[in-house]
Amino acid sequence: MEYPTKLKIRPKDGATEILVLVSHPMETGLRVDAKTKEKVPAHFIQTMTIQLNGKDVAVADLGVAISKDPLIGVSVANAKKGDKVNVSWSDNQGNKGGADEAV
Amino acid sequence: MTLINRRTFLQSTLAGSVLAVAASAGLLTPTRVLAAAWPAGAFEAKTIDDALKSLYGTTTTVDSKAITITAPPQAENSAVVPITVSTTLPNVESIAILVAGNPNPLVANATLFGAAGFFSARMKMGKTSDVKVIVKAGGKLHSASQQIKVTVGGCGG
Repeated sequence: MEYPTKLKIRPKDGATEILVLVSHPMETGLRVDAKTKEKVPAHFIQTMTIQLNGKDVAVADLGVAISKDPLIGVSVANAKKGDKVNVSWSDNQGNKGGADEAV
Repeated sequence: MTLINRRTFLQSTLAGSVLAVAASAGLLTPTRVLAAAWPAGAFEAKTIDDALKSLYGTTTTVDSKAITITAPPQAENSAVVPITVSTTLPNVESIAILVAGNPNPLVANATLFGAAGFFSARMKMGKTSDVKVIVKAGGKLHSASQQIKVTVGGCGG
């Protein structure tokens, strides 16, 4: 199954804000399926790495309490136009995803 | 079903014990351990103190006015509560968000390498409770908290 990842990069308060939106169910493992009466297994993004020009700027460890279709934002102060932003993530079921975008 | 549970259980316990061994041997600094693998112990902790101990090895924090939490005082939808943390503290190493009323308080922990002191996300909340933000800057833990009211139940309620 594919989990599309979208990036939005915009200037904010003199810095550059990087917003990451992933279409991901983010199941907590506590929810019970209404039809089968069985618990839906936990399925959530664990680690998201945001890179600028190939260097890590932020590594976010996420838990089950992050909402469905997570929207994660970080800010970098010294990004220039044309800099490459790369985002990659992995979830607890071994799925991976990511996206690239220029500032 | 049981197989999957057994596998995830084994994986998490194995990962946890390897981290503990590496940390106790002094081979890795805590931040490096965090960056290397998902801190399962911290995310499974049942209280804020336990989560902090697992993340940073201490529960001592200093209240700081330099941390700004932007979140609604009353959540319209408890499954999607937007929160933005910004700080003017220099040398921010990591930002952690914890919700006292959730079964597992730790929501997210972001390790920053030169990024500005800013982190935003959307989170789920089970009930009305305090949201605590821990910012590690210059080797010290700074904290701030805000109460968010939840009128309806957490997931799908």
